[in-house]
This record gives sequence, C-alpha cells and structure tokens, in this order.
Amino acid sequence: MYFETWSAVWHMEGHGPYVWAAYSITALIILFLVVSPWLRGRQLTRDIRYDEQRRAAVSTASGENHAPET
Amino acid sequence: MWSIVHKMGSPPWFYRFANGAIAWLLPIVLVALVVGCVWGLLVAPPDYRQGNSYRIIFIHVPAAVVALAGYYVMATAGLMSIVWKIKMADTAMRALAPVGAALTFVALVTGSIWGKPTWGAWWVWDARITSMLILLFLYLGVMALSEAFDNKAAAAKACAVLSLVGTVNIPIIYKSVDWWYSLHQPASIKFTGESAIDASMLYPLLLMIVAFYGLFALCVLLRMRTELLTTHRQTSWLRSELS
Repeated sequence: MYFETWSAVWHMEGHGPYVWAAYSITALIILFLVVSPWLRGRQLTRDIRYDEQRRAAVSTASGENHAPET
Repeated sequence: MWSIVHKMGSPPWFYRFANGAIAWLLPIVLVALVVGCVWGLLVAPPDYRQGNSYRIIFIHVPAAVVALAGYYVMATAGLMSIVWKIKMADTAMRALAPVGAALTFVALVTGSIWGKPTWGAWWVWDARITSMLILLFLYLGVMALSEAFDNKAAAAKACAVLSLVGTVNIPIIYKSVDWWYSLHQPASIKFTGESAIDASMLYPLLLMIVAFYGLFALCVLLRMRTELLTTHRQTSWLRSELS
C-alpha cells in the first residue's frame, strides 16, 4: 500500500475530492447499469410464471367442467 | 462461421447462452473491478508530475476504450441487421446503445474531473473531448431512434444506418491526439513498442480494461435477456424455459 494512514487515503495530498468524486460517480452509474435490467428481468420472469400458473389453473378448471355459471 | 451466426440469431439459444454467460461474468467482473480499484487507488504509486489525481486513469481510460470498441460492436450489429435482417442483431443494437452511452458519459465526466486539477478547467473544446462528446450523441441518437418508430423494422433500419454512418467518428477519436495539437495527452499504452507507463501503473490499468470489457458484456447480455423476456413473452419455448 502506498498510503500510510486512512486519512492520507481520503485526502490524497489535496486530490482526494477529485479522485473520490470520479470513482463514486462511476460506481453509481455501474450499479444502475447492472441492477436496473436485473430487477426488470426478475419482475418479467415472475409475471410470466404467474400468467402460466393462472392459465394452467383455468384450463384444468374448464377441463373438469367446473367453471362457475355467470 | 455461418452456423454460429445462425445459432446466435435464434432467441431460445441466445436466451440460454445469456443465462449461462451472466452467471459466469457477474462474479468475475465484480472481483476484477474491486481488485483493480484497490490496486489503482491504494497500491499504485502516485505520478511524479500529476500526483494522485492521475488515479482517475484507472476508470477513465477503460471506460473510454470500451465505449469506442462498443461502438464498433453496435455498428457490426447494425450491419447484420440491415443486410441479413437478423432480429437478434437488432435486439443487440438496442441493448448496446445505452450501455455505450453510459460508458462514454463516465469517460467524459471522469475526464472533466481529472481536467480540473491537471489543466485548471472542467471542460475544454479539445479535439479528443469534442469527438467523444459526438460519440455520446451518436449513442443517444440510436437510443432515441429505436423508440421513435411504431414500426419495429423501420426503427431497426434507422438505427443501423445511423450507427454505420457514425463509425466515421471512431478513427477521428483515436487519431485526434496525433492530428491536432491538443491538451489531451497521447496514448500511454502501445500495442507495438514500449508503453510510456511504468509496470506498477500498467498492470492495474490493464486489469481494469479487462474488467470493463467484462462489465460491458454483462450489461449488454442483461439488457438483451430482458428484451427477449418482453418480446417473446407469449412463446412456448420461453414458458417452458421458465417453468
């Protein structure tokens, strides 16, 4: 490790704010790039599975001729 | 070659491929990014001239390199979409544009932050920086065009044409630091001949470049998988895949 103390890491001889700002912004953008399609994919998978279950339930119900009269 | 193109153009095959690749890439990219950042931020020595501000290089250069390479990938997908009307290529193009735009944005923002302590200005209308800004607009243009049509085929064609025309900009970005006398420094890493950067800084930089390539692939695959889930929702192969 180049730095001796954690406060030296934070300060970086005056360049700390620049370096840490650049890294934080990049980290946020990367996090968003990965997490947003991940969450969207999970939601879609859940929706499709739910649809499929409902469809299966409806087809068994109608197959057994127990569909309620309306 | 043709059999690979044919296979990759098949949504069920690609969906399975993406699932496998994402599961592998996610941990590898995460570890590489963390190791690269710690190496670059804490272990590497400061630059004798710029001091510690140069540590921004470990995200700035990888983001810029991958944003440029990503544009070629997007243009290739555009070409495949326009010539062979491969729908998967169109899906790839739509997934590539936002990821490329985000990386170009990272390169511009980190460059701007690096510029302040080094050049004394947040922004200069330098050839390299201006051509990078045009790259951002090209990516944003493809994103906008892909949403601008009700007809999917027309949207794909418009995106493909724009991405192909925009490739003119890429060699300009590469060569801008040699063609114009500019504030931006020329490349420190060279494929031929000795790099103008010490090994203690070169290795973490190379690791970060590899990590950003992996990150790029990961984000694009995630987006393509999401799009397949949306567009193939009603198909039986996807339903059986998920059950």
